[in-house]
Amino acid sequence: MPAAVASTLSLYVHVPFCSSRCGYCDFNTYTATELGSEVRRDSFHEVLAAEVRIAAERLATTQQVSTVFVGGGTPTLLGSAGLNFVLDEIRRSFGLVDGAEVTTEANPDSVDQQMLDELRTGGFTRMSFGMQSAAPRVLQVLERTHTPGASVQAAKWANEVGFEHVNLDLIYGTPGESDDDLKSSVDAALSAGIDHLSAYALIVEDGTALSRRIARGELPAPDDDVCADRYELIDEYLTAAGMPWYEVSNWAKPGGQCQHNLAYWRSQQWWGVGPGAHSHVNGRRWWNIKHPAPYAERVRMHEAPIADDEVLTSEDLRTEQVMLGVRLAEGMSADSFGSVVLERLASRGLIDEAANGAGQVLLTLQGRLLADAVVRELLAS
Amino acid sequence: MPGPQPGSTDPTVIRNFCIIAHIDHGKSTLADRMLQVTGVVDDRSMRAQYLDRMDIERERGITIKSQAVRLPFKAEDGVEYVLNMIDTPGHVDFTYEVSRSLAACEGAILLVDAAQGIEAQTLANLYLALENDLVIVPVLNKIDLPAAQPEKYAAELSRIIGCEPDEILLTSAKTGLGVREVLERVVQTIPGPTGDADAPARAMIFDSVYDTYRGVVTYVRVVDGRIGTRDKVSMMSTGAVHELLEVGVISPEPVVSKGLGVGEVGYLITGVKDVRQSRVGDTVTTAQKGATESLGGYRDPKPMVYSGLYPIDGSDYPLLRDALDKLKLNDAALIYEPETSLALGFGFRCGFLGLLHMEIVRERLEREANLDLISTAPNVIYRLVRDDGTEYVVTNPSEFPDQKIAHIYEPIVKATVILPSEFVGTVMELCQQRRGSMLGMDYLSEDRVELRYTLPMAEIVFDFFDALKSKTKGYASLDYELSGEQDADLVKVDILLHGEAVDAFSSIVHRDKAMAYGTMMTSKLKDLIPRQQFEVPIQAAIGSRVITRETIRAIRKDVLAKCYGGDISRKRKLLEKQKEGKKRMKMVGRVEVPQEAFIAALSTGDESKK
Repeated sequence: MPAAVASTLSLYVHVPFCSSRCGYCDFNTYTATELGSEVRRDSFHEVLAAEVRIAAERLATTQQVSTVFVGGGTPTLLGSAGLNFVLDEIRRSFGLVDGAEVTTEANPDSVDQQMLDELRTGGFTRMSFGMQSAAPRVLQVLERTHTPGASVQAAKWANEVGFEHVNLDLIYGTPGESDDDLKSSVDAALSAGIDHLSAYALIVEDGTALSRRIARGELPAPDDDVCADRYELIDEYLTAAGMPWYEVSNWAKPGGQCQHNLAYWRSQQWWGVGPGAHSHVNGRRWWNIKHPAPYAERVRMHEAPIADDEVLTSEDLRTEQVMLGVRLAEGMSADSFGSVVLERLASRGLIDEAANGAGQVLLTLQGRLLADAVVRELLAS
Repeated sequence: MPGPQPGSTDPTVIRNFCIIAHIDHGKSTLADRMLQVTGVVDDRSMRAQYLDRMDIERERGITIKSQAVRLPFKAEDGVEYVLNMIDTPGHVDFTYEVSRSLAACEGAILLVDAAQGIEAQTLANLYLALENDLVIVPVLNKIDLPAAQPEKYAAELSRIIGCEPDEILLTSAKTGLGVREVLERVVQTIPGPTGDADAPARAMIFDSVYDTYRGVVTYVRVVDGRIGTRDKVSMMSTGAVHELLEVGVISPEPVVSKGLGVGEVGYLITGVKDVRQSRVGDTVTTAQKGATESLGGYRDPKPMVYSGLYPIDGSDYPLLRDALDKLKLNDAALIYEPETSLALGFGFRCGFLGLLHMEIVRERLEREANLDLISTAPNVIYRLVRDDGTEYVVTNPSEFPDQKIAHIYEPIVKATVILPSEFVGTVMELCQQRRGSMLGMDYLSEDRVELRYTLPMAEIVFDFFDALKSKTKGYASLDYELSGEQDADLVKVDILLHGEAVDAFSSIVHRDKAMAYGTMMTSKLKDLIPRQQFEVPIQAAIGSRVITRETIRAIRKDVLAKCYGGDISRKRKLLEKQKEGKKRMKMVGRVEVPQEAFIAALSTGDESKK
């Protein structure tokens, strides 16, 4: 495989464990009982490190890694030692560029100050906590186990041990959530001294406990109009707090943008390690075996644990670039689009008139809420 | 072959009869049994419903096209008779065909299910038979069923036809019980045909069927004279002359003969390729020394119900055209012309004898040409008279004027409903809702009632039968016949989407029902059309006057919140799928409407349940 050149290289590590499954979640994650006895959680960091080595051999590049993101699941279930072990392997096998961003996600109730300190010392630079909401009734519907204050506390600890970048995730539009619930959640998040906030409208995924409860009529389905209102509310609050949007669902202080996620949205290259992880290198995309047991088995045999792949045509690449690039506040070049569609989108208030004049496609607030429609129109033109 | 030969059969041993029965009352089974009793089909080659040729008939259990079977029968009196059993269609849309079949007979077996009693269409056909002076042989069938009530229904039948209850024969066509007795009664009571053997030939066409290999097969009953193989024949309604390629009888497979004589029933093959050249009801004579006067009773088939027929996949349009062209060869009543709809694309405006005819045509097109079709709501024919007295006919809502017009005449029917007495109230209410006026009511027995109504035909063609069935748990039966026209206060209701009228939804309705139609359609569409980026009003309007309105609010959120590394592939594929989906969207002005929304809005399923 030829070495990647024109683009940065990132590494994603997937940790497929949770202590319990949240009602809305359809991620590739498993509780101890779901896993059974085949997969050992306490030595899983070794399997991940082994795949990092395989990746480095396959890629055979001298390029160092610009960003690392450990997601899940609940990565902190590996413990600081486990996470640092994997990061050490990345450093050894690939090398990290100077100032590389190294993030791990964490469940607020699976960390303490000491653990955060150990992660910081081990080389992690950014923490991301799943706060979701400060409203107890919302956390209950989402079946989150942490208390409303835990996330804020965890974020503060992260600050104290020297993490300069801390993110909190919020979910809005949960059935039963009020405008006030959302406002108090945003207030609480801002009070934690974060420099980044992600906010996602609740998506009811098929096969989740939440979707079954809605189907049974126990809960109302999230309302798109309510979600639109809440989005506007969040954007107003965060902009006022000096954290403007930089992607449709992400807001940050200047310099606080997540470099790893930006790499996805700018169609850079990344290698995904761990069960079900996706990779995107040299115009090819592949994804690993989803279940940890057969995944681990393949890694032990020193084989790439790939389930399937696709070669991206130039049309696919173009579609992805538009679909991802349009979502960014930095906008994307308007050069490749016809003036008719751009003027139409601008006249409907979906893209910024002035930016359009300057050759940039930049979503307005209304356009962000209708971003998928904008993408469809741009691609159809 | 022993016994009388086709072409030289003494009329006194001929018995021409048909079987009048309701769907499922056992006509085909009785016919099968007669084939066996008379020995023309042996038990081994017997298959169920032998005479029903088309698959569709076998599956639906109804007979659309009649056939005539010649059966030799040696009766108890020692005489070798020739029985010509003429099969009749059993539905209201084919009344004219039924009348021609009856006109070919001297008698009719009235076959009634001993567990259900007589049904409306059977009653109507019975009256038709009595008008034609046919001798009736009443039979109660299925007497082996546990639910059979032969005494009750014998009493009912005897009252209707004016005979003694003990004159009614009891059979089980399924087991064969009583079938021979029916044949004996046929030869005893039904007279042989009379006709002038020396007069110029005259034969009545009672059926005409297109066969892929032979062209049109014409079924005739010879009244006078003789038609021989060497003759050229002439169709008296048009004067068209055809070579006679083959003459024969069906027994029950085709048997070629040298000719057909007085009273005989058989088939002619002339090589024509279209049933329109050999029409039911026409009189056939010989080209030379032919008759000058026809037998009378010929009528051009006249479509009563119109509907637009569209392929769901627009690229199937040429297939639909070919399928219609093919079907037309075998269906003299079907008419069609190309039509374009904003909502549905390219299709055909089709005229049918009635609703069943429409359903059958649609089903045959779908089945035989493997097409998926959508039809617009059926409408009847309107006669419009302007202030200056000039008039014109409207067969399509799009031709209906927006302005006031002096008079609008709509066809009306006389309808007969036979139903259990417990449902009389509900059915009267239904008829009332459908602008009916009651003509009368009779008890056929203590718990069965015959209701007679005048109804606008437009009210019948729109799901009346479904509503009737659902309100009577399936026990009611319906028959109707055209009964002139009436001046009515009718309006065209247009459905507007963002100000644009959607042609497929325009409907001609009574002014009092315009609001109900408008509300029904607008609320249906509100649920079916996805939200757009702008607010979309859905209005129902009479001319320029809006009578009801719904609004589809503008969509405010159309964005997937999360889009990270592992989501990209899925998201891209979703986009591609949406792009494909968009190709199936129809644009009504600026509004994108999924084809499925039109189809769902045109399906009448929900209406009848209200």
